[in-house]
Amino acid sequence: MTENLLTYMTFIPLAGAVVVLLLPGKAHSLIRWVSAAATVPPLLMAVWLFQNFDGSKPGLQFIEKYQWIPAYNISYYMAVDGISISMVLLTALLSFLCIFASFGIEKGVKGYFALFLLLDTGMMGVFVSLDFFLFYIFWEVMLLPMYFLIGVWGGPRREYAAIKFFLYTLFGSVLMLLAILALYFASEPHTFDMTVLIAQADRYGTQPLAMWPFNLWGWGFQHVIWMALFIGFAIKIPAFPFHTWLPDAHVEAPTAISVILAGVLLKMGTYGILRINYPMLPAATADLAYWFLGALGAWNIIYGALCAMAQKDLKKLVAYSSVSHMGYVMLGMASFTTQGINGAVLQMFNHGTITGMLFLLVGVIYDRAHHRDIDGFGGLAAIMPVYTGVTALAFFASMGLPGLSGFISEVLVLLGTWQKYPVLAILGASGVVLTAGYLLWTIQRIYLGPPNEKYLKLPEINGRELFTLVPLGVIVIILGVYPSVMLDLLRASLDQLNQIVLPHLHQ
Amino acid sequence: MTDVNLVPLLPATQVLLTALVVLLLDLFYQEGEKGLLAWVSLLGLALCAGETLFLWGSQESAFGDAVMLDNFALFFTQIFLGAAALTILSSVHYIRQAEIHEGEFYALVLFATTGMILMAAAKDLIVFFLALETMSIAVYILTGIWRASGRSSEAAMKYFLMGAFATGFLLYGIALIYGATGSTHLNEISNYLIESPEDWPPYLIGGALLLLVGFAFKVGAVPFHFWVPDVYEGAPTPVTGFMSVAVKAAAFAAWARILMHQLAPLDSDWAFPLWVLAIITMTLGNLLAISQASVKRMLAYSSIAHAGYLLVALVVGEEWGGLPLLFYLLTYAFMAFGAFAVITALAETEQSPEDYRDFSGLGFKHPFLGMAMTLFMLSLAGFPPLAGFAGKFYVFRSAVLSGHLALAIIGVLNSLLSVIYYLRVIVAMYMEEGGAEGKSFRQAPYLYIAIGLAALGTLYLGILPARALEWSRVAFLSLD
Repeated sequence: MTENLLTYMTFIPLAGAVVVLLLPGKAHSLIRWVSAAATVPPLLMAVWLFQNFDGSKPGLQFIEKYQWIPAYNISYYMAVDGISISMVLLTALLSFLCIFASFGIEKGVKGYFALFLLLDTGMMGVFVSLDFFLFYIFWEVMLLPMYFLIGVWGGPRREYAAIKFFLYTLFGSVLMLLAILALYFASEPHTFDMTVLIAQADRYGTQPLAMWPFNLWGWGFQHVIWMALFIGFAIKIPAFPFHTWLPDAHVEAPTAISVILAGVLLKMGTYGILRINYPMLPAATADLAYWFLGALGAWNIIYGALCAMAQKDLKKLVAYSSVSHMGYVMLGMASFTTQGINGAVLQMFNHGTITGMLFLLVGVIYDRAHHRDIDGFGGLAAIMPVYTGVTALAFFASMGLPGLSGFISEVLVLLGTWQKYPVLAILGASGVVLTAGYLLWTIQRIYLGPPNEKYLKLPEINGRELFTLVPLGVIVIILGVYPSVMLDLLRASLDQLNQIVLPHLHQ
Repeated sequence: MTDVNLVPLLPATQVLLTALVVLLLDLFYQEGEKGLLAWVSLLGLALCAGETLFLWGSQESAFGDAVMLDNFALFFTQIFLGAAALTILSSVHYIRQAEIHEGEFYALVLFATTGMILMAAAKDLIVFFLALETMSIAVYILTGIWRASGRSSEAAMKYFLMGAFATGFLLYGIALIYGATGSTHLNEISNYLIESPEDWPPYLIGGALLLLVGFAFKVGAVPFHFWVPDVYEGAPTPVTGFMSVAVKAAAFAAWARILMHQLAPLDSDWAFPLWVLAIITMTLGNLLAISQASVKRMLAYSSIAHAGYLLVALVVGEEWGGLPLLFYLLTYAFMAFGAFAVITALAETEQSPEDYRDFSGLGFKHPFLGMAMTLFMLSLAGFPPLAGFAGKFYVFRSAVLSGHLALAIIGVLNSLLSVIYYLRVIVAMYMEEGGAEGKSFRQAPYLYIAIGLAALGTLYLGILPARALEWSRVAFLSLD
């Protein structure tokens, strides 16, 4: 059983999708519960994996490797290490919760849940694949259900949002595919195996290419590949200036899909950079990520926060806050210090849980009031006290209040950054102030003040909604008080990763 | 007289005999009882498929080495048999509703298949030419067999005239090559090329280029593609599927055997024209496909674009391009046939549904058709893990490996471009309301079986391509 654990985790949702497709389309509640059941085993397995993962050892664990297309040296290769373990848990958890958050969907129920489960398979596959070919397939498999889930079940401008999301991501994918092929042909013997490619990292030349404009910039083969992969991942993060698809997609997507989008999909960008760019192209990482990635991260933090402050739509505000918070991840990664990188990966997990909560909370109010206009509410604290309490928890976690998980990861990131680039650390820290600004202002406008006459009869948050929020809230508190549960698992792998890049710095 | 080895002719003869039996039986059955004919045809094709499996690995020739039964021929025979069987399955109801004579229809599909099988096996230019004509004439008639439809007749006329023109090129090319080398047999021609290098009369190269033009006509490569959209649009839809899959595969089979393999010493002379041809075929096919209002025409242009991807494999040459070419043809067979079969399922007898609008809401109204069409569109666009991705991947990989980096990049960009129009179908099916309300679906169980089979093939080749790749490799290596 434990031998092929990752395979089961990845494909049980797909099996669930097939079962859902075979069910009669009218049996809505049966479909919902079957889908929920299909996400339970991966969650249990992820928890088991989390407990049995040996955090003291760097490197891959729970390895599964089989020949797939031997003629081209393509294998079916799955494993987890400290970079991916937290993402696997996050994916399993959010998929499970979001199924329940989707119980309100009434249109095309069968299609929705089947696509959702397919999406689950794609996401899990991305995080556990260690063969480039397999990785790319999961990467694309994930894209399609997302496109449909936004395009069919989304809001009024769903087609525009879905196509924009699709084209942006596809553009990134194509760049990534070209980079993957280039690495494949540069390796000897040709292989898609990431571990082998990493071991051969010094084969990828850093001598400036003779081609314009690379000769001006002093870019070698490795730098070009790095940039191609980076753009592919930056679109997903989304790093400025590739972020414009995000607010559109979020505003149009149904609640649960927003949660998945912000909670899991955005992480794939930073995960990809850590998994692929860092160890496989260390020299280019040292040349390009130093300052550039950090500055981009700091810019993301401030720009995202300022944009969030200007929003009138609550969901758009949360979307821009994601842009801002993903900036911390980039900033931490770019510091090449233990604290910074650990903080970045922890921030990936924390942002997943906190933003998940925020989007779920937006969904709760939207389902009741049918609008998300920040100025259109007022005094909700008196009408829905429990809801307001949960919201306050999520907002405080998001702005990095000590004792909640967001604080730990942001502090780690800033600690790490300070050692390398104090200026960026100051800019990043000022983002915390901006975040507090727009979140507190939002709390004031929506929850405080005299109750709005129109909404006196709004029903309180119900049991199902609380069920989706409470586990995330508990995690936010636990990781805020005792972050070592997570950090102990990450550190060994991330230190090893850092050691690959460090020798190339300051040469 | 020496003994004649008839084994190499077995598959072709089997199909031919089935066609004759169908014609004969047609005389004894009344209208309305002719459903049996389809089953007789399928039985014949199944027997033949069994024979190809049994003969797999043989390397025998007949008629003074003019017909060669090797794995290459058997590989293509299997594609043709599969395409013919799917075509027959998907047209059982269609032709009844369109009041097309059943006996003739099935017999013609089988005659065309016979021609294709011989095309893939021909070792002599004359045999090749005869086989090509056998196939072409049957397909001309199939195109125009829907006599009640003006467009069908018009398409047949266009196809016939353009086809005759292409035939002229081919024949002229064959004559020039014969004049230069003194033989029509491929082995002797290639011996001549190897033994007297650089000593070739100019008209030999002229002949080879004429051959190239003839082939380009047959596969619908730009700028010899003008007939494709009109013919694909006008022909009865199952026939269009058959044309886009089997006729194209047959032309590429002959192209691979004759130009790519046997006349390989000449490749420096046609490499550049072919390179240009590949690029403009891909690009123009995709660009024109975007601007189409009719799905059937869009698929016609997309089939031109796919011919362009296949040309990339031909440019790459036999060392690297052989396997991807064969594998791509196999994957293309399933996805393209499936796409046309879905259109068949929608078709009303008088006015075919072709508009994107006719697809709106289909995904919810008929989930099976919607999902199958989604699968085919995504596969044609080259999404992993579907067959189309695997096919393109190996073609572009071979281009990179052989040093044609520009071709590979243009190909990848083109396939990005193609996503636009394939997605439009999906958008119409799932994200637009209404439209399809007036459309009825055919109550045609066999058609749905054919669509299901094509969908399974598309998935299988995408997820587990290893066996088919090995099969393609063995097939291409059997060329001597």
